[in-house]
Amino acid sequence: MNNFKMLRPENFKEYSIAQKTVSGSKLPFAGGTDALDLLKERILQPDYVVNLKRMADLRGIQEEKNHVRIGATTTIAELAGHPVIREKFPGLQQAAESIATPQIRNMGTVGGNLAQRPRCWYFRGETYHCLKKGGGMCYAYVGLNKYHAILGGGPCFIVHPSDLAPMLIALNATVHLLNAEGKRRKLALKDFFQLPAQNLFSETVLQEGEIITHVDVPIPQAGNKNLYIKFKERETADFALVSVALSLNMRGNTVKSGQVVLGGVAPVPWVVKEAESLLNGARLTEALAEKVAQAVVQRAQPLSQNKYKILLTQNIIKRAFRLITEA
Amino acid sequence: MSSWKPLDKMTILSHYYPRIEGPEKVSGIARYTYDLQLPGMLYGGILTSNVAAGKIVKVDTTRAKQVPGVRVVLTDIHPTGTIRFAGEEIAAVAATTPQALEEALRNISVEIEKNAFVVSTEDAMKPTAPRVFADRENVRKPRVREEGDVEDAFRKADVVVEAEFRTATQVHACLEVHGSVVHWEGDELIIYDSTQAVHGVRKDVASFLDISPRKVRTVCVHMGGGFGSKLRGGRYTAIAAKLAKAANAPVKLMLTRRQDFESVGNRPDSIQKIKIGATKDGRLIAMDAVSYGSGGISGGARVRLPHVYKIPNWRYVHHDVYTNAGPARPFRAPGSPQAAFSMDQLMDMVAEKLNMDPLELRLKNDPNPTRQKEWRLGAQKIGWQNRNRKPGSDAGPVKRGIGMAASVWMTGGRDTKAMLRIYPDGHVEVRCGTQDIGTGTRTYVASVTAEELGIPLKKVIPLIGDSDYPYSGASGGSTTAPSVAPAIKNTADKAREALTELISDKLGVDADEIQWKNNSIRVQNKTLSWEEACAFIEDEPIEVHGKWTEGLSSAGVAGVQFAQVAVDTETGQIQVERVVAVHDCGLILNRLTTESQINGGIIQGISYALLEERWMDPTTGTMVNANFQNYKIVGSRETPEIEVILYDEAERGVIGIGEPPTIPTAGAIANAVYNAIGVRLFTLPMTPDRVLEALSQQRS
Ligand SMILES: Cc1cc2nc3c(=O)[nH]c(=O)nc-3n(C[C@H](O)[C@H](O)[C@H](O)COP(=O)(O)OP(=O)(O)OC[C@H]3O[C@@H](n4cnc5c(N)ncnc54)[C@H](O)[C@@H]3O)c2cc1C
Ligand code: SF4
Repeated sequence: MNNFKMLRPENFKEYSIAQKTVSGSKLPFAGGTDALDLLKERILQPDYVVNLKRMADLRGIQEEKNHVRIGATTTIAELAGHPVIREKFPGLQQAAESIATPQIRNMGTVGGNLAQRPRCWYFRGETYHCLKKGGGMCYAYVGLNKYHAILGGGPCFIVHPSDLAPMLIALNATVHLLNAEGKRRKLALKDFFQLPAQNLFSETVLQEGEIITHVDVPIPQAGNKNLYIKFKERETADFALVSVALSLNMRGNTVKSGQVVLGGVAPVPWVVKEAESLLNGARLTEALAEKVAQAVVQRAQPLSQNKYKILLTQNIIKRAFRLITEA
Repeated sequence: MSSWKPLDKMTILSHYYPRIEGPEKVSGIARYTYDLQLPGMLYGGILTSNVAAGKIVKVDTTRAKQVPGVRVVLTDIHPTGTIRFAGEEIAAVAATTPQALEEALRNISVEIEKNAFVVSTEDAMKPTAPRVFADRENVRKPRVREEGDVEDAFRKADVVVEAEFRTATQVHACLEVHGSVVHWEGDELIIYDSTQAVHGVRKDVASFLDISPRKVRTVCVHMGGGFGSKLRGGRYTAIAAKLAKAANAPVKLMLTRRQDFESVGNRPDSIQKIKIGATKDGRLIAMDAVSYGSGGISGGARVRLPHVYKIPNWRYVHHDVYTNAGPARPFRAPGSPQAAFSMDQLMDMVAEKLNMDPLELRLKNDPNPTRQKEWRLGAQKIGWQNRNRKPGSDAGPVKRGIGMAASVWMTGGRDTKAMLRIYPDGHVEVRCGTQDIGTGTRTYVASVTAEELGIPLKKVIPLIGDSDYPYSGASGGSTTAPSVAPAIKNTADKAREALTELISDKLGVDADEIQWKNNSIRVQNKTLSWEEACAFIEDEPIEVHGKWTEGLSSAGVAGVQFAQVAVDTETGQIQVERVVAVHDCGLILNRLTTESQINGGIIQGISYALLEERWMDPTTGTMVNANFQNYKIVGSRETPEIEVILYDEAERGVIGIGEPPTIPTAGAIANAVYNAIGVRLFTLPMTPDRVLEALSQQRS
């Protein structure tokens, strides 16, 4: 990694002061499980690394009246083990537990999970100067793309690696940000992510110096069922080949409203827009699952080595519906 | 000819006992080459090419030399200047810190005149492909082996099956990367190396540096995995030695993970087209096989066909293919897992065509008497009778199946020497220039000694892993145990004779009046404890030298494995649920470490079957998954229940078992997958995408 200096703000105020008074590029750093790799491989070469872990305001899970607030530096392990999460959001617990290894879940944070960079093997290799790094070509498009996007790709075909994001989006989470000037903004988590066609260089709308402070997840209404299933090539520890986050508001066997969000298939957590109209007022049947699955894959544009993801996506969606019906 | 004592007289050997360095290893006290720090030590590193083919035009080290902390920069380390794969050495640096090292390596600018390259075996076989070596074709002259009359036999065959199999390039991926810490004392070079051959490294590095092997000493106390990739001296060691000489300081040079993946070995891929002919009553009579495979810029891709079955008429034509990729090195049973994957599937295909039980077909065609028994034993343990008789017939998306495959390995023991000292306090020190590559060698050096002298294990101090100790060969080819154990026994026997003689001298009794018991010695009517007996030694320890002798080891093992899998037909995931492994290795020195070897071989075999695959980028000719994130190796969740059955043949003496257990695993799993889903997988690894693809093809 390059030589950098470390900033260690204790609170939001110090964070803003640091941002204003110190000039040079800065990399927020929470658990470091992703940032360290990026530094080591020199994908990022910041002048400063800003340690977020000393800011007490960023940490912890609180149950409010209508929502649960999850601080950005809450670890994935804390999230997975929290009683409120277990009770209200089994899907979120499942998503958290599906991530990596116990060691990484103990260090990795929720904010870092949402802001983590893609795993495309060309992006991660220093020697490949691909489109996303300002180069002239997408190596994956012409080369090895077994793990790449079948939806929403172009000109870059990464898949978004986060497991928390699809589930949080399905649960209508809001993300809260604090920028370099100390100003806050919030937005629906689904709008936090952007496709390469919108911005090739950043997977999120985060501006330079802007950080995630927390995520709010509305407490689901009665009759809500949510779940997350993730299919990995290697069960022991792996990113998703395909994952499905499902949140359905049910009355009896009828879906009042619901969300289907996919991981592992697109450069952003893929919100299945067609699902809304298909789900509202529909009865929870296999035929419904089939329709949703069909709607998704109709738009798929596989690359040379990832056609299998089409069938896999269909099957995982149907499995998710089957499991939620049984739940 | 000497022999081992009968099994029922053995108190340590053939029992279960833990490896003696276990506590050191699990507590982190054990120091590997990677952990060593010498006073004043510098950090060495190599700049390797990220270009797959070309000519080095210019190497500019001006900026590198200016990096604070840099002590030496070498540019003349590439033998020819012609780059043939990404990962070849271009320049080397020694610096006072790893940071300065990295900075300096990055500041070397290299100009390479790029050439066209080819990294896939199939592409390299095309007539229009760029040549890896200008003066040679990529597809090398075929090697042909033939027995009997193949054409005639096929004419007589009642059934013929034919298929094409593919296996991927597997990389050794040792947890401890290749590397050395080197240190000059005057004109003598001391090498601490992560190696499978302390004597081999001495010889090879001496020859790289053009100095006498007499001036080189290699030490390897603990090492973190080799699997065949650390059988020779490394160029990196010679580079480290040059850096150390120039800097006049010790140098530690460990390859990076990427370099370890790219340049220090692999199991080549294979494309195997095989045809088998059999008679109605299930006798194999003909095989015609052609294979291609690439060991990168080296050869070594031959598959060990026709595997274990007796086929009177066969022809095997193999072509090594050059590609612009790192050279192959021996990898745990070279050529054999590939053969079990193809041949044991073909066996099941023949059985299906004949409507015969695959077990029966094997019993008919397997000439090995031990394996005949092992097949039956394994079949009974796995519950072969209760298998899915109609492949793919399970209800629901997850389907189960059972499959089997065979193992064979032919090597035995060879030249090894040892030296033993008995000290007056009763401690026994044994020196042998072998090394423990994780298999338990150190432990049986002690236990054979203890067994033969009738003393507790803790009295013996085994000293191995040093080329100053008496000669022993490389730990490869499953030769170590049958080489080392006989030498140790021979040496211990001599030590006992020497002590007997000493006692008889001191007490003035005839040697044949001295009787050795466990933990004591009877002299006339008195019993001497071991310590009392050793007390006669006084100042000069007893010192004896011994060597490998006939009669204590033999060559050749058999083995069978049965695997039970669950295949999720919606995701393509194969979960290996259970493996029953029946293996023989003659006299079992230590049941615990032997079972460990078999467990390890099976787990590595599952990894080969389900996940491991080197991916070479067609655009740049570099390996895209040269890290543990993307080069996937199985973990705890992929590890099944493994039942190891050790088939005792103590009368044959010691035989090696390091390699055989990894041979049949992929073949057994592939057959189990077919039994589960009724679709055959012809390509390794059997990843979900390939399973889904095979299932879709069957449906359409
Ligand atoms: C081997 C391995 C396997 C993995 N498997 C999975 C998996 O299966 N599923 C999955 O979802 N993830 C997986 N991950 C990713 C892992 O979950 C993330 O690395 C982790 O969540 C990141 O959190 P962190 O606190 O360590 O972030 P850091 O490494 O500190 O930061 C990651 C990135 O986020 C930015 N960042 C961090 N915090 C903030 C913030 N509050 N505001 C703005 N930007 C911020 C950093 O600048 C950096 O770019 C895996 C990672 C590894 C190394
Ligand atoms: S998919 Fe994106 S990150 Fe990967 S090579 Fe293409 S442009 Fe680069």
